[in-house]
Amino acid sequence: MTALTDLTLAEARDVLARGETSAVELTRAFLDRVVAQRALNAFITETAELALAEAARSDARRKLGEAGAMEGLPIGIKDLFCTEGVRTTAASRILDGFTPPYESTISARLKAAGAISLGKLNLDEFAMGSSNKTSAFGPVVNPWTRRSDRAARLVPGGSSGGSAAAVAARLVLGATGTDTGGSIRQPAAFCGITGIKPTYGRCSRWGVVAFASSLDQAGPMARTVRDCAIMLETMAGYDPKDSTSVNRPVPDFEAALTGDVRGLKVGIPRQYRPDGLSAEVAAVWDQGMEWLRAAGAEPVEIDLPHTKYALPTYYIVAPAEASSNLARYDGLRFGQRVPGKSLDEMYAKTRAAGFGPEVRRRIMIGTYVLSAGYYDAYYAKAQKIRRLIAEDFRQAFERVDVILTPTAPTPAFGLDESPDDPVTMWLNDIFTIPTSLAGLPGLSLPAGLSAEGLPLGLQLIGRPFDEETVFKVAGVMEQAAGFDARPEGV
Amino acid sequence: MSLDITAVRAIATLARIELAEEELAPLAGELSKILDFVEQLSEVNTDGIAPMSSVADQGLPMRADLVTDGGIADLILANAPEAAEGFFTVPKVVE
Repeated sequence: MTALTDLTLAEARDVLARGETSAVELTRAFLDRVVAQRALNAFITETAELALAEAARSDARRKLGEAGAMEGLPIGIKDLFCTEGVRTTAASRILDGFTPPYESTISARLKAAGAISLGKLNLDEFAMGSSNKTSAFGPVVNPWTRRSDRAARLVPGGSSGGSAAAVAARLVLGATGTDTGGSIRQPAAFCGITGIKPTYGRCSRWGVVAFASSLDQAGPMARTVRDCAIMLETMAGYDPKDSTSVNRPVPDFEAALTGDVRGLKVGIPRQYRPDGLSAEVAAVWDQGMEWLRAAGAEPVEIDLPHTKYALPTYYIVAPAEASSNLARYDGLRFGQRVPGKSLDEMYAKTRAAGFGPEVRRRIMIGTYVLSAGYYDAYYAKAQKIRRLIAEDFRQAFERVDVILTPTAPTPAFGLDESPDDPVTMWLNDIFTIPTSLAGLPGLSLPAGLSAEGLPLGLQLIGRPFDEETVFKVAGVMEQAAGFDARPEGV
Repeated sequence: MSLDITAVRAIATLARIELAEEELAPLAGELSKILDFVEQLSEVNTDGIAPMSSVADQGLPMRADLVTDGGIADLILANAPEAAEGFFTVPKVVE
């Protein structure tokens, strides 16, 4: 029999339903792996005792015939979601000692559906980063290694790096992520798993530590397209506590996996072949289109002319919103406080001690572009170009049903190789940021391996609230790719 | 666009982040590089384009102005670095 931890989320659901294992047994199996793989540093906080107690209650619910959609399935929660009674850090020192007295809507929905949380997963500080190296709790290690150098440690991507590494290393069946500019999709690509950032407004942001509120969106990360569909159906839905949550029905996402993409038009943007694109990534992109063509879909070249402006636009809009959101960390109501002689001095000392270099840099850029005299030149200008970028997609979707692109320009890089220069680091998100600015659903799935044996991801972008088409096309590509590689030693 | 040390000091004051003297010059370099990078936006003609502040194609929802919670002062203060008698405490503001 397959090891319990090798089951996909859908398989585990069915095994539990048939009574072939229990939630307690399944939870124990994953908790053993969590302990065995601590060197990955995927978790900031493990909650084994809470998980086992909840698993016992889950088994009791099932006996009573009250099993939820994710009953008894062990998952991990990115440590950006507030969890009642369990410390929440956002991977920042400034939240030192913070234990939320409330539960985020997303984690509450997952728990209400019966899912068992094994703990809180590591991330870049305040979800700002593409390598997981900005975490105050140390970097996460990618379970994948290069064929030529198994000892060299690689980054898992970011910001949902702990989520991606935990899923890839079979520490959990699925995990929550959040995505502001690519923070679900890029780590999913780097770790050879699947992740979807749904349409902005699909998942409630209530109780999620805010980074850039007009972009932040939660989504699932798991090993298969079906697993993500199951998780998203539980996570999604209207929440009056989030004023940008959209009140519309949540489709049966799993039912969208029909395997039939005949006649669908797949957009291939001309502007997504920049100079730095790895030849292997370009090849897997072409291969992906061939799979869809063989399945009866039609490739259509499209133009997204403002693509090159997405990155600079994002790096005005996101820091501006971050500087405003992160103003709340004042050492007064929660988290760390560094004493000062005056109130202002206390603020300044607390924030200097609490924020890491990347967060500090973004707060300062945001403060500058919002300050008097610069607002119109930077912030208002960026907001106008954001509209042009969104309009590019709107026009493209008049001609195509879905868009196929690479997820990231390269496979995972080394922990010691990541560029110190922030602008170079940001280029990781060159293919994911335009989708975020336009608020569209974007899914990354593993499509192949590099010559070094590292996973390469492809991204599918859909119309607003048309995650179903994205899932349908992803399902066909997943089957064609037959991606069954796993990290060495996992 | 390049920022000098005086400008960085002013931004840090606005952002309420204390910086040591030796941090100013490196930060001026990093922030200037970022501003150089975003400078390319100026080549885009945005005449007549309305700024986009939200992608959600909906207005802000309204609800009845009713008290829906409260009475949880202890929970709210539980995470305070310092609290006394039902209040957050701060350093002395008036001498």
